[in-house]
Amino acid sequence: MQAFTTHKGIVAPLDRSNVDTDAIIPKQYLKSVKRTGFGPTAFDDWRYLDPGEPGMDHSQRRKNPDFVLNQEPFDRATILLARENFGCGSSREHAVWALTDFGFRAVIAPSFADIFFNNSFKNGLLPIALKEEEVDAIFKAVAANPGLELEIDLPNQVVKAPDGSEYAFEIDSFRKHCLIEGLDDIALTLEHADKIKAYETAQMEKTPWLFNDLRGNVGG
Amino acid sequence: MAGKTLYEKLFDAHVVHEQDDGTALLYIDRHLVHEVTSPQAFEGLRLAGRKPWRTGAMLAVPDHNVPTTNRAGGIVDPVSREQVSTLDRNCQEFGVQEFPMADMRQGIVHIIGPEEGFTLPGATVVCGDSHTSTHGAIGALAFGIGTSEVEHVMATQTLLQKRTKTMQVRVEGELGPGVTAKDVVLAIIGKIGTAGGTGYAIEFAGSAIESLSIEGRMSVCNMSIEAGARAGMVAVDEKTVDYFRDKPFAPTGEMFERAAEYWRTLKSDPDAVFDKVVTLDGTKIEPQVSWGTSPEMVVPVNARVPDPAAESDPVKAEGMRNALKYMGLEANTPITDIQIDKVFIGSCTNARIEDLRAAAAAIKGRHVADNVTLAMVVPGSGLVREQAEKEGLDKIFLEAGFEWREPGCSMCLAMNADRLEPGERCASTSNRNFEGRQGQGGRTHLVSPAMAAAAAVAGHFVDVRQA
Ligand code: SF4
Repeated sequence: MQAFTTHKGIVAPLDRSNVDTDAIIPKQYLKSVKRTGFGPTAFDDWRYLDPGEPGMDHSQRRKNPDFVLNQEPFDRATILLARENFGCGSSREHAVWALTDFGFRAVIAPSFADIFFNNSFKNGLLPIALKEEEVDAIFKAVAANPGLELEIDLPNQVVKAPDGSEYAFEIDSFRKHCLIEGLDDIALTLEHADKIKAYETAQMEKTPWLFNDLRGNVGG
Repeated sequence: MAGKTLYEKLFDAHVVHEQDDGTALLYIDRHLVHEVTSPQAFEGLRLAGRKPWRTGAMLAVPDHNVPTTNRAGGIVDPVSREQVSTLDRNCQEFGVQEFPMADMRQGIVHIIGPEEGFTLPGATVVCGDSHTSTHGAIGALAFGIGTSEVEHVMATQTLLQKRTKTMQVRVEGELGPGVTAKDVVLAIIGKIGTAGGTGYAIEFAGSAIESLSIEGRMSVCNMSIEAGARAGMVAVDEKTVDYFRDKPFAPTGEMFERAAEYWRTLKSDPDAVFDKVVTLDGTKIEPQVSWGTSPEMVVPVNARVPDPAAESDPVKAEGMRNALKYMGLEANTPITDIQIDKVFIGSCTNARIEDLRAAAAAIKGRHVADNVTLAMVVPGSGLVREQAEKEGLDKIFLEAGFEWREPGCSMCLAMNADRLEPGERCASTSNRNFEGRQGQGGRTHLVSPAMAAAAAVAGHFVDVRQA
């Protein structure tokens, strides 16, 4: 996983609440069996005026000039700013892959849906929940100064604006550690393989009906 | 010390290891797999040279991409076909049990789990799918995960989890005639909002929930995620225990009785404390219809489309205006004046036998209105389809002008060929009315099966109690 320590970049203001994962990456692109290549179709329905299908050359499609990510300099943004409940709906991790493939490293919003929030950490995308007033202040600052860059400092848990304002954010210490180090969850968990096996052995006594496949065949 | 909530009991029973910061390694008993969110996880295993920890805890089924007509002809769209055959290949390579497209037991992943007794009370259940919350209806801890987590469960049979907050949603009193589980859950979402349950596990309780069948409880838990909660659940009672008698993967004989004894303990202690309690009066819930592009945008059938001008929160008002524009609706229009083009009865919310019975009852001896260009019933599984045919429901639907399809997700998300055209309006028993969910530019109104059927006959929404 790509590690995250500090990042400075342009902020794209997406002034909507309840941005759902169907909007971030529409279903037709979920047919892909890969993890990459979702960037050109991120926010497809909002970004293009013509319908899109997998396999198309998306650079040839008609872009919606009113959509923020089609506008200079936001087409180069690496930080996405949105309203409450960002990433609600389907569990599709493709939504996170679409954002990272577009070039985003962080999303700032007053709140996030749980599954999207979790998925982000697995892919080096940092979801930052700030207070509603703070998000509002950043929206205003970006409106006044499009192209404004924010600096995100994960070790110190703070977002810095060019005018000197600073916004502190909370993050779970374990997640922070994994993100800064770019750690692979699975390898970490497998260090506890003995404990997992011991758990299975104990549970086979307590709830044997959940272990028909393993009974008489303990192990992993 | 206060007692434990059902969530806490289920969580505690599955902790393998806990770090000082409260991050727990949670054991996963049942892992459901479908074709859309698994290919990258299998690929991850392959790349790392890892094997699944416990294939016997997995069950795979293709559901999102499968065609609902002419199964024998296979999948026409090559990209969809590739995704489904990738699942078949992965299951073969890794030795995972699969109900492939041609299997009688194939169906929507959340319908077949309980139907087969593969998901059981007291189990932890995950799937790379947000509607995994459905299985909470049987007293399981069930929640959706992303593809990286799918890979993590495949490789380790565990997940890293922190305890969430707990919310109890109590619905008390007798539901009125024509008011179903779907109306109850839509009313709950209308009340607490689509983010109301974020960060919580919800336990649905109260006499109205207890009165629901297991199928009805599944419809309620299914839409927990539409209220923001990853997990929703209902305590085990005798209905739950009876539901699992004679299910293929459920324990039998003496082992069943032993399991049942444990299952009966799966309820919140009387002195358990929830972080939040929300109460609804079940007697006041009416049949619901969503009008906007978020499940919380829902009103009783006899109400009018809300007016953004009356909303004091400017962000909300803007959201309402966007929704009205997308939906092609005027504020203050009576819901019953809204004409529809298509009707979809299906999805993991409402494609169980009971749902089909309710829909059939609402149309028996009548016919789909002329302005409705397509009305379709997509059973949740091959077994639901078979049961419905045994009861003659297929004939009722066909005679009324409905199409009777093969099982799958179908127009719930329109990944297969079933979809709305731009601007088309649909009465749908599914769970999401997001922009483009049922087809780009399509307009979705979420309703119960009986309400969808009644709307098909009338050509516009009607109060099923008067239909
Ligand atoms: S029926 Fe709809 S909500 Fe349910 S699993 Fe399929 S696509 Fe998802």
